[in-house]
Amino acid sequence: MSIRLNSGGRRIDRDRVLRYRFNGRDMAGFAGDTLASALLGAGQTLMGRSFKYHRPRGVVASGPEEPNALMGVGEGARFEPNQRAPATPLHEGLVAVSQNHWPSLERDVGAVNTALARFLPAGFYYKTFTWPRAFWKHVYEPFIRRSAGLGRPPEEADADRYEHFNIRTDVVVIGGGIAGLTAARLAAEAGLEVLLIEQDTIWGGRAPVDGVEIDGNPAQAWVDDTVAALAAMPNVRLRLGTMAAGIYDHGYLLAYERVADRPDSSGAPRHRLWRVRARRIVTATGAIERPLSFACNDVPGVMLAGAVRDYLVDYGVSPGDRTVIVTNNDDAYRTAIALHRAGLSVPAIVDARPEIAGALPEEARQLGLTILPGTGIAKVKGGRQVTGVALCQQGGDGAVTQEIACDAVAMSGGWSPVVHLWSHCGGKLIWDAEQAHFRPDPDRAPTGADGRGFVVTAGAASGALRADAALSDAAAAADRVLTALDQTAGDASPPRADVPSEAPLAPVWMMPQRAGADLRAKMWLDFQNDVKVSDVRLAAQEGFTSVEHAKRYTTLGMATDQGKLSNINGLAVLADARGDAIPQVGTTTFRPPYVPISMGSIAGEARGDLFQPIRRTPLHDWHEGQGARWEPVGQWRRPYTYLREGEGVKDAVNREILNTRSNVGLLDASTLGKIVVKGPDAGRFLDMLYTNMMSTLKVGRCRYGLMCSENGFLMDDGVVARLSEDTFLCHTTTGGADRIHAHMEEWLQTEWWTWKVWIANLTEHYAQIAVVGPKARTLLERLGGMDLSRDALPFMGWADGTLGGLPVRVYRISFSGELSYEIAVPAGQGRALWDRLLSEGADLGVMPYGTEALHVMRAEKGFIMIGDETDGTVIPQDLGLDWAISKKKDDYLGKRAQARPHMTDPDRWTLVGLETESGAVLPEGAYAVAEGTNANGQRRTQGRVTSTYYSPTLDRGIAMGLVWRGPERLGEVLTFPKVDGTPVRARIVSPVFYDPKGEKQDV
Amino acid sequence: MLILTCPYCGVAADETELAPGGEAHLTREGPGSDDDAFAGYLFHRENPKGVHFERWRHAMGCGKWFHAARCTVTLEVFGTYAAQVTEPPRAIRDAVSARRPGWRWRDLT
Amino acid sequence: MQRYSAFAVAREALRHHRGWGRAWGAPEPKAHYDTVIVGAGGHGLATAYWLGKRFGIRDVAVIEKGWLGGGNTGRNTTIIRSNYLQDPSAAIYEKSRALYETMSQDINYNVMFSPRGVMMLAQTEHEVRGYRRTAQANALQGVETQFISPRRVKELCPILNIDGPRYPVLGALWQPRGGTARHDAVAWGYARACSDMGMDVIQQCEVTAVRSEAGQVTGIETTRGTIGCGRLGIVVAGHSGVLADMAGFRLPIESVALQALVSEPIKPCMDVVVMANTVHGYMSQSDKGEMVIGGGADGYNNYTQRGSFHHIEETVRALVETFPMISRLKMLRQWGGIVDMTGDRSPIISRTPLGGCYINCGWGTGGFKAIPGSGWAMAELMAKGASPLAEAFTLDRFRQGRFIDESVAAGVAH
Repeated sequence: MSIRLNSGGRRIDRDRVLRYRFNGRDMAGFAGDTLASALLGAGQTLMGRSFKYHRPRGVVASGPEEPNALMGVGEGARFEPNQRAPATPLHEGLVAVSQNHWPSLERDVGAVNTALARFLPAGFYYKTFTWPRAFWKHVYEPFIRRSAGLGRPPEEADADRYEHFNIRTDVVVIGGGIAGLTAARLAAEAGLEVLLIEQDTIWGGRAPVDGVEIDGNPAQAWVDDTVAALAAMPNVRLRLGTMAAGIYDHGYLLAYERVADRPDSSGAPRHRLWRVRARRIVTATGAIERPLSFACNDVPGVMLAGAVRDYLVDYGVSPGDRTVIVTNNDDAYRTAIALHRAGLSVPAIVDARPEIAGALPEEARQLGLTILPGTGIAKVKGGRQVTGVALCQQGGDGAVTQEIACDAVAMSGGWSPVVHLWSHCGGKLIWDAEQAHFRPDPDRAPTGADGRGFVVTAGAASGALRADAALSDAAAAADRVLTALDQTAGDASPPRADVPSEAPLAPVWMMPQRAGADLRAKMWLDFQNDVKVSDVRLAAQEGFTSVEHAKRYTTLGMATDQGKLSNINGLAVLADARGDAIPQVGTTTFRPPYVPISMGSIAGEARGDLFQPIRRTPLHDWHEGQGARWEPVGQWRRPYTYLREGEGVKDAVNREILNTRSNVGLLDASTLGKIVVKGPDAGRFLDMLYTNMMSTLKVGRCRYGLMCSENGFLMDDGVVARLSEDTFLCHTTTGGADRIHAHMEEWLQTEWWTWKVWIANLTEHYAQIAVVGPKARTLLERLGGMDLSRDALPFMGWADGTLGGLPVRVYRISFSGELSYEIAVPAGQGRALWDRLLSEGADLGVMPYGTEALHVMRAEKGFIMIGDETDGTVIPQDLGLDWAISKKKDDYLGKRAQARPHMTDPDRWTLVGLETESGAVLPEGAYAVAEGTNANGQRRTQGRVTSTYYSPTLDRGIAMGLVWRGPERLGEVLTFPKVDGTPVRARIVSPVFYDPKGEKQDV
Repeated sequence: MLILTCPYCGVAADETELAPGGEAHLTREGPGSDDDAFAGYLFHRENPKGVHFERWRHAMGCGKWFHAARCTVTLEVFGTYAAQVTEPPRAIRDAVSARRPGWRWRDLT
Repeated sequence: MQRYSAFAVAREALRHHRGWGRAWGAPEPKAHYDTVIVGAGGHGLATAYWLGKRFGIRDVAVIEKGWLGGGNTGRNTTIIRSNYLQDPSAAIYEKSRALYETMSQDINYNVMFSPRGVMMLAQTEHEVRGYRRTAQANALQGVETQFISPRRVKELCPILNIDGPRYPVLGALWQPRGGTARHDAVAWGYARACSDMGMDVIQQCEVTAVRSEAGQVTGIETTRGTIGCGRLGIVVAGHSGVLADMAGFRLPIESVALQALVSEPIKPCMDVVVMANTVHGYMSQSDKGEMVIGGGADGYNNYTQRGSFHHIEETVRALVETFPMISRLKMLRQWGGIVDMTGDRSPIISRTPLGGCYINCGWGTGGFKAIPGSGWAMAELMAKGASPLAEAFTLDRFRQGRFIDESVAAGVAH
């Protein structure tokens, strides 16, 4: 059983006890503990269940690479599943639950899968569960889904906030161990701006744990001095608790800072996502220890040797009283020595190497520790906790030579550099046979915008595992950065470390070497996903020999640690099964993030009101105060209708329409795009952009214009007013202003760049109010200041002037068929004009109306609406708008496209009006059916509804639609089935239902 | 996350400031062109694996359209230049040649 | 073929699974095949499968540059639906969806087709109208969909916030028999079935040239030698332009990056697929428990299989608004694929200017769902010279202006 020792633990403060809860039990740990160290200290070795077989799992690592000890942490709106216990700092009141078991961690029904493991090898589900067909969805899949998954989902919206932080810097150094500190110091001394980040909450990495001496002092003292020196430099930023999540093209780096990863009242964000642009990136990310593949290496109590050392030195915690060491290298002897010095029993050091010669083994021998050369573990004994190991010859097939009672096993299969960040953006790896790992190939770094490498590795991340080599490698890395950035080195000299010499490791990919099928089926590669040596071999046997196939078939390396512990071991097994060398097998692709990051941090501040902030017209607040029911249009919101007490939506719309048609209505039209096009060539330019001739428009007049894409389709419409000889104001649809502005600039800048034209988008400079209805003129005359008579301002004219003392531009245009004025006023005075109109018009029945009334009224008049009558496949000719297409122009955008065979086909569907025989409203989007079915068995169609409304003016349903040869077929009756098949019959009529002669708008 | 230097305002702009505009140096086919030429102009694209000349707009910056020469495999940028040209200037082509001897794009080398 | 079944698994378990043979062969290329398909992704393998199954054409090689299923087949978000607006799209996607229903049994390989239902949220009045129209069209096309109320949306997907402050959910287009499948299994299952019919699936073999005589294809040059053929099918998605160049014609195609991501696995909390096109994001939960998330494509030509992170930000932001609980999940992994986008965002299944050479490409962001149907149509086109399902998807449509534009129904990736 794991225990807390009476002394030791450089990271904990034994005077500060922290209370927390685990699976409902009250527990205590110390300030400085992680959740994992606190649980180990309390004797809790069982921390979770594996994914597939629900095997008991204990913590195996001491950092964020942990695959087993994943917890749900927090409660309610602060609950988060799958938190890595070794990377979760303990805090007062922390609440944690273990995962993936029912009913409890100790007694898990799902563990029956362990007994069935033999029947559930890699990919078994591809071979089974296919009959009966309906069972997959209704029986098998629900069962699999329930037993899969890890933590329980959060149930509430997140109570915390997150933020983004953008920064540019010369150099980012990732990793605050001795290599990172050295590289940062050398770069900073040379005058470069440096950001140094470390995922852990303290500086120094492994060196202080490993007892390294630097420049004659203990590593910790050197670390403290160096950090102090860096902190004092103005060109250096230091951040602890900040993990480099991903490296992206052109020197972009994401870093994830856990600012306040606990309930916090300071208002600080929980996480901060750093978006860093760096000229060079130094990855000093260290190395991760590999497990060894022996039978039952997944039993709680089996841990990485380095992690055992970490828990001992950092937290004063030991995974057991009696720890057997199993290794293929010298480094694990440090763990043996540390345990022994702490007064704990180390019954044996099981070393797979036949010859053992290094300085560390020698030291262990002198301490009286038993070293068993050429030996391996045949099998770990115990279920929920290690109770012993059975040993064997490493070179043999697993015949047991002796058994040793123990309650923990510290294993080391060697160390692999953390190459993830190097690889994210295309950095290549080479196989280092001597150290049996992949390391970055410095000649094939990820390249940036200039085609040069922008990532440099330092220390163990380069494969320089020993402290002395790591420091000189870090100095060389700093040199390479300085050279790349044309910077002269500063005065600081690189530090030197003293470490004992180490003998080479012996690659061990399976223990024992000739293990049979029984043992292989119990050797875990991926602890979380339950992938074993036998699974990888089975994959290879079945032809899944590509590393990507083997990964996907077995799920090796696809767990939440993304194979940090398992990948190399798995590759080696695959290579062996293929009969290839490891480098021939290659690695799978490394993808960001290095360690999972919260979705909250990715979203950042952009949530709630800041998620796509609403664009507001000057009248927005008024609408809100008057019961506006909103409709999102582009980034705006427009009142759909104004609901009155006790009124339904349809009633409100009808009221607004009838009032406008009989009295006067007001519409907030401020969202319409207003783009000024100015210059000697403005007319010529607009002639190319619109299908109409705009250059002939007289000053003081307005013209309705159509804009098409170069592909011929109608993309926008609006009224153009000629303000002066060289100035035009183009109105666009509400959603279209920015798009059309960009469209204009594109053609001007990239096709007709010699034309003298300037374009400005003035949409938000003006409020625009439509005053509509037979009493519109009366109302405006009450405001006074302008002659708005028919003669002074005829239909389709505009005039500048004042109304009620406000400077206005009045357009006499109509989208409703009524007498109508659109009045533009500087945005800041929009509300004043609106208020005046309401107060002056009270006795005239003035009433605002919303977008739905607007839509109905325009449909009554047969006016098209972009987005209803058009959908990106409609040309103006389809809509009977030939009158708005100039025949005199040689060219306009879309003209050539409209001459293609399919566009001139007389069989195209064309705009008509539709009236149901019953007067009912046609269903939205309904299709008119034709006889029979097509070659694919689909019912043939001959038209469709584009707009359909109840018209209160006519008290019946009206609709517009596109119909095969529509205008030639007036009077014919078409059948529009509802979704349920019920037919609705409608007659083809003119699309103009109201005032076909246009008398009302021109009074 | 690309960075391209806008040749107008000189800003080394992040991709979030930029709007991509597809292949550069298309010759517009207007009325009178044949159907194949017109379809080619609208739809056929070089889409090379390697050197590409393309249009960008500094949309969230100075608003100007410009051209970039970029590798679609490594994302290396050989240079950016004004949009008001009908083919890449010599200096840009030399810059590409220096990095990608023997490159080809349409009829250009 | 070694038949897969629960019984076979049990039998093998008793002998440590020593008896399992290769799922597909590893043959050396022959000098000549009746038909060569370039590209052993889902579409290429499905083409070969149906050539054999429907037309008895079994002298077929499927040539793959890397490892089979290693392109977009193994990188997508596995959504299967057919609620398309335009007739040609609805026809081929519905055929495909129907074939997915029986695929596991047809090829004796569990591809885990899960008809859990797909909903596309309507969050503006414009979307409501668009989806109502689609539902009308689908009813006539034989595609089972319906427009459902916000309340029903909430019942089907309780973790969805239908009262979002920015874009409240106004309804959804619901396809109850849409769903997901296990993407790798589709490629593996087809490869196994093709291999079993005597076809050669040849991996690690890159095409370097296309050979022709008098306007008729005669074979290909590859890194593993010359392979003659009477018919050539090019089914290589993002790399179509490169192959077309070798065959001497051009395509209306651009290759761009499309990204996706998954969260860490959690216990089941979402039993449907939700697509939110107004805010640009879609999400489902895999059988493993990961939330599988996708969004829009990058806008520039790119062959790196990496995209720009701000697209991930936009997608996650949209989904945190839509599903507030995911804020406290963590992104486990993000990745990218190269998608081939045509001028109208609809695919090409067509003859080409080179005689005997056919192309199937341009599936853009939506290819996975089409795999069996696309193969069905492509095989028919190659075997008989015409296929009703492929008829509208010709190369020629770009010249005629006869586009198949789905943008009204699916404004973003699909």
